[in-house]
Amino acid sequence: MAKITSLNVNGKKLSVDVDSTVSLLSVLRNDLDLTGSKYGCGEGQCGACTVLIDGVATRSCITQVGRAAGKQITTIDGLDKDGKLTPLQEAFIKADAMQCAYCTSGMLMSASALLNKNPKPNRDEIVTAMNGNICRCGTYQRIIEAIESVSAA
Amino acid sequence: MIDEQELIDEIEPERYELFEAPHYKFAFDRRDFIKAFGLGIVFVVPVTRAIAQQRQGESGRGGSNERLPNDIGAWIHIDEDGGVTAFTGKVEVGQNTRTTLTQSVADELHVPITSVRLVMGDTDLVPFDMGTFGSRSTPTMAPQLRKAAAAAREMLIAIAAEQLKVAPADLRIIDARFVNHDKSKTLTLAEVAKGRRLVKVIPDDIAITQPKDWTIAGASITKVDAAKFVTGKHQYPTDIKREGMLYGKVVRPAAYNATLLSSDTKAAEAMPNVKVVTDGNFIGVVAPDQQTATKAANVIAVDWKSPAQPSNAELFELLRKPATSARGSGEGGGGGSQPQGSIADGLAAADKKLEQTYTVAYIAHAPLEPRAAVAEWNGDRLTVWTGTQRPFGVRGDLAEAFHIPEDKIRVIVPDTGSGYGGKHTGECAVEAARLAKAAGKPVKLVWTREEEFTWAYFRPAGAIDIKSGVKNDGTITAWEFHNYNSGPAGIQIKYDIPNNDIRFHQSNSPLRQGSYRGLAATANHFAREVHIDELAREVKIDPLEFRLKNTKDQRLRDVLQAAAKQFGWGKANPSVNHGFGISCGFEKASYIATCAEIAIETASAKEDPKNKRVRIVRVVEAFDCGAVVNPLQLRNQIEGAITQAIGGALFESIQFENGRVLNPKFSSYRVPRFADLPLIEVVLVDRKDIPSAGAGETPIVGLAPAVANAIFNASGTRLRSLPLAPKGFAI
Repeated sequence: MAKITSLNVNGKKLSVDVDSTVSLLSVLRNDLDLTGSKYGCGEGQCGACTVLIDGVATRSCITQVGRAAGKQITTIDGLDKDGKLTPLQEAFIKADAMQCAYCTSGMLMSASALLNKNPKPNRDEIVTAMNGNICRCGTYQRIIEAIESVSAA
Repeated sequence: MIDEQELIDEIEPERYELFEAPHYKFAFDRRDFIKAFGLGIVFVVPVTRAIAQQRQGESGRGGSNERLPNDIGAWIHIDEDGGVTAFTGKVEVGQNTRTTLTQSVADELHVPITSVRLVMGDTDLVPFDMGTFGSRSTPTMAPQLRKAAAAAREMLIAIAAEQLKVAPADLRIIDARFVNHDKSKTLTLAEVAKGRRLVKVIPDDIAITQPKDWTIAGASITKVDAAKFVTGKHQYPTDIKREGMLYGKVVRPAAYNATLLSSDTKAAEAMPNVKVVTDGNFIGVVAPDQQTATKAANVIAVDWKSPAQPSNAELFELLRKPATSARGSGEGGGGGSQPQGSIADGLAAADKKLEQTYTVAYIAHAPLEPRAAVAEWNGDRLTVWTGTQRPFGVRGDLAEAFHIPEDKIRVIVPDTGSGYGGKHTGECAVEAARLAKAAGKPVKLVWTREEEFTWAYFRPAGAIDIKSGVKNDGTITAWEFHNYNSGPAGIQIKYDIPNNDIRFHQSNSPLRQGSYRGLAATANHFAREVHIDELAREVKIDPLEFRLKNTKDQRLRDVLQAAAKQFGWGKANPSVNHGFGISCGFEKASYIATCAEIAIETASAKEDPKNKRVRIVRVVEAFDCGAVVNPLQLRNQIEGAITQAIGGALFESIQFENGRVLNPKFSSYRVPRFADLPLIEVVLVDRKDIPSAGAGETPIVGLAPAVANAIFNASGTRLRSLPLAPKGFAI
């Protein structure tokens, strides 16, 4: 089995020693201790594991680590810049767009990818882009508000 | 005022897994306290009468300054830096009680919210607590923490007055500083606590600040530690990592109630660094990484024997048979009531009679964070990090499983990825501890989504029969109500019906069932409020007017009118293929009224193309839970409950056959998503004159009946089973 020895995560080149077929989520969480990305379903249905690969929102639980090697991986752990929150992170706090917040990192990554591609999405575009992310506590209305507040700014 | 004991009685029979009295005995030692907290001042609150009675059989001795009480409800520590730490056995699972309890402490102590830290759900650090359920944190824990803070404030003022050589009456605490009348003398909290070693027991009768005088409580404050969550830094139970930690995996039976006939573990044992653990019906493996553990578990060949078991098709027939073993405190236990008047007389006096049956399916909590635990043994001491709503209950489970005393076990519950009543049990903690014991190293066990769907427990399914009579003028004359299996929560009526007979009947549930947000109040409100709608149609009276005609309860009338006003009820007719529905209710000291607008549309790709699709367009919910502690968090809870309720109302249902769950994945068990979201408007009825009730549960009960009634309004079709339209809506 092919081995993967390094990954570009959050702007840093990190050493790993894993089989290429292992899930990216597992490598991030268990080998690199980047636990901001969450396990929720293992089948790409809930979005809790969402990371950006070259800017594209990707379900890391069903992505083999080999497919992410050599690409730029961004996780929630690297979303803020030197402790300064992004406007989207600030907007989530302000809108109280979380309860248990287990889905929050995935929500932020999906929303970041959307805003990078489309800085002023309308409500339908937000719903379409975010529909793969489950919030079991039901804070969807506040998440939409948070995204809208950033896109309107 | 609402009697606390009455409320506890009401919730008792619903907690299926909590019938035994807690085994916990504990004697506090003053020296232990000093050791645990170091320097500073500790304020200890003895438990209140209601909580003492909750701990059946144990004495609730009051405290004095001479001796520490055995029953302690909460405590607060002021450290040498002036930092305030409050300790509670409650846990944070998304209800944002960490925020609202912190607000209450800060409010009472007159310090900024940022100087208060809350330690929750760590059995070595916090006082005993039954668990976080039944919407009890706000009505019982907030007043206890307030008492500690109020007494702390007064005692600290006395100490500061002595230090400053002024009269205590001359000092106030403003923003964590002691200040005299002309501000010529001031001290900080830190200056008062420095070098002290004091334990103060707080008198139980100390007065706490009333809602009308709240300053920090009553305000909209965002989640106190939100920054940790938007940066991914918060460590959930699934995120805990210990030095030398291994990963576990349990081999699950092929079906419920299966017994292990034989197993062949040789192939797994031959794998490098893999350890197989067998103990009775338990088979598990540990390995250095999750992939290896999963592979090893998969190569274990197991022969299970399982009995023939029922499926969905037979469910309601089965639930109508009486239970063969008593699960609780008897029929109706606490939730039913003595029949009033005579059903026969009531029916004889009616112009119209109606008899209908309603059903609700088993549904899953599906918390986004599945059950998880990290277990670590140090000699004969066990520490487990896990997500549970009952840290002390899980400690008891562990003590029983490993035959060790509870004081050798520490259960720590980091703020957890939700529960909704689904995390009362400690299976995962016990399994992780068993694996860790065999491995001699810390072990992490995270249930897969499929395990979470299959091996946790479900909201009870139920069948409800209602027989009623109504006069042409809209007066309900008879109300006979039988709930089979789903439970007695929310079964009582706030309608003035002179002849009523309301009963809950226990059944043998084919699936493991337990608590769920709102418990049976969703089923009972669904059946009742749909039936009320049917009666209103029978006598051709507007459903809002019909409800108002049959209740004199002012708080219920107030929420009904508040919701109706915001919704515009009666102002305009729904457009083509749209419908309006209304419902109301009362549970756990809160009142709720819900108006819904639905639309019947072409089916989506995921639904049966022959069927139409029900879309919830708009929901208005009015809610009265007494004095509002945090309007922002309350709105968030209500919006969330409405959103979660969409699943149980329209499409969530556990499918099972012969001891197996057929839809144990998010790809086969549909939960509400962004696209299902209606416009939600919340109307808060803030009652500063009434003690705060909990609000995590009751806002979920109003949606299903309001939607069912709106579907009838749109289509003329009456749906009486939850979920209402799992595969769309057949015309």
